[in-house]
Amino acid sequence: MNLVSASPAPPIAVLIVDDEAPARARLRDLLADLAAELPNEVVAEAENGVGALEMIAALKVDVALVDIRMPRMDGIEFAHHLSQVAQPPAVIFVTAYDTYAVQAFELSAVDYLLKPVRSARLLAALRKLPQRQPLSTAQLARLPQAARSHLSCHERGRLLLIPVAGIIYLKADLKYVTVRTREREFLVDESLTHLEQEFGDQFIRLHRSVLVARDAIVGFAHSAADDAETQWQALLRDVAERLPVSRRQWPLVKSLVRRSVG
Amino acid sequence: MASIKQNAESQPLPDFRNAGVMLRILLGVNLLALLAALVRNDGLVACLQDYGAMAAWLQPLLLFNLAVLALLGNRLQGLAVWSARALVVLLAATSAVLLSLLWSLLTFDEWGWQGLVRAGLLAGTAAACMLSYLALRVSALSPALIEARLQSLTARIRPHFLFNSLTAVISLIRLDPRRAETALEELAELFRALLRDPRQLVPIGDELALCRQYLDLEKLRLGERLQVEWSIGDPPADILVPPLLLQPLLENAVYHGIEPAANGGTIRVGLLLRGNELHIDLANPSVPHAEHARGNHMALDNIRERLALYYDLEARLDTGEVRLADGSREYRVHIVLPGGGSR
Repeated sequence: MNLVSASPAPPIAVLIVDDEAPARARLRDLLADLAAELPNEVVAEAENGVGALEMIAALKVDVALVDIRMPRMDGIEFAHHLSQVAQPPAVIFVTAYDTYAVQAFELSAVDYLLKPVRSARLLAALRKLPQRQPLSTAQLARLPQAARSHLSCHERGRLLLIPVAGIIYLKADLKYVTVRTREREFLVDESLTHLEQEFGDQFIRLHRSVLVARDAIVGFAHSAADDAETQWQALLRDVAERLPVSRRQWPLVKSLVRRSVG
Repeated sequence: MASIKQNAESQPLPDFRNAGVMLRILLGVNLLALLAALVRNDGLVACLQDYGAMAAWLQPLLLFNLAVLALLGNRLQGLAVWSARALVVLLAATSAVLLSLLWSLLTFDEWGWQGLVRAGLLAGTAAACMLSYLALRVSALSPALIEARLQSLTARIRPHFLFNSLTAVISLIRLDPRRAETALEELAELFRALLRDPRQLVPIGDELALCRQYLDLEKLRLGERLQVEWSIGDPPADILVPPLLLQPLLENAVYHGIEPAANGGTIRVGLLLRGNELHIDLANPSVPHAEHARGNHMALDNIRERLALYYDLEARLDTGEVRLADGSREYRVHIVLPGGGSR
């Protein structure tokens, strides 16, 4: 009813995320074909989830067409991190063949397209966008998720990614978990128990509130203080801090570390 | 051309020159001896001692029989089934009697004629048992069953690869129609190979050509991320191998070693003819903590089972992870095929 509606709506800003160049080219072609019918513009392309999150931080994106299997960060992990962004774009997954993922998409009513993508299906998915809400926690929980490659946290309104491979230890502090990397510390809003379940093959528990990366332990030393609770301390690669090992965890920690060294 | 079809049909009698058959006979007869020792004795120690005594007598007899049968080889296959079987039983019985005679002469033990007959009967029965066991085994692995099994084991290609390749080809049609044509032709060749009779062995040259076409298609999708190093020397291109032996392994290497790595990597393929054995080596970078690095071993189990159907125990497939000098890890597959790969 107002004057603004008379002028054409701005084109949909699309982000294409796929590690294979031909797949990105195909989506670009299809979107160009549809432009007359449904104005759209490919504002950026990314080769994986990490790159896509950078693009989203820098540009205004209405919808992300996201491949599932990608190196560094896959599509589903990307969607998880995206839920922490202030105004997340809508997500449409694009997959070649993944029965588990497709079942999950069907169950939780997540939009997806199958490769090779057909023009009519793409158009239908884009038309539905105005009614779409960002993915809810319940929807995300249903998606098949392997251990993440990154943790994420907010700092001054920005989303920071922390590669799991670079984490030295995780320490529970009241409500948050402190993540220690070689350079600095981060605070993430997660529970240590969940993190232990997810990354159990990369981290071990030293005591009630600390998980340490197995390959970060370089040795053990006796603690100077004759404390009743802790006797041993773990020496870590790259950082000067020493972490106490609880008496209860000591036999397990010793055997696991010995196995990985030997 | 040699194929599993002919082997299975023209084999009413076990092939006594096959290592698997020999091993089964050795183990089977010793198992029978152990059973006899268990029946005869009360105590476990006595039973083991008894078996030990029997085994000392049994092994030379077994080895002698196996050697004779292996030497007879094809001549035995030429006979009618029943007379050939009778001959085998007779051979076992006679050699047992002769060995007993020799034994009694050497040790001055009195075996008596009853003892000799008993040795002959036991050996003959054991031979008959082994023959019927091997015959049962052959019929359990009947050609029809083997065919069905091979069919289901061979005709597998990752749908993931198919749909991604089709997407890549479609994207090429506007950009580079000629390249799209080649890609479709390569895809057609790959599917022709998948639909071929899986019992028929193929020349290694054909299999290598197929692998090159497959890698060409993968290169279309992955570009510079996929590098391949061939060191196949100069093996005769007519060595026969099971069809689709290498291609699924390469597919595995790409899926687990190249796709999950952001910067890609190099797959190495090596081929070596050493004596009478064909050695095939495959290596790909192993990606730590990749979402699908812990993926299934279906392709490997699959090929292992097919090798067992083609070659019984005479082919090997080993896998392992090696840490390289630069600290990275590499996943390796090593296959050994007998008879220069052909039969």
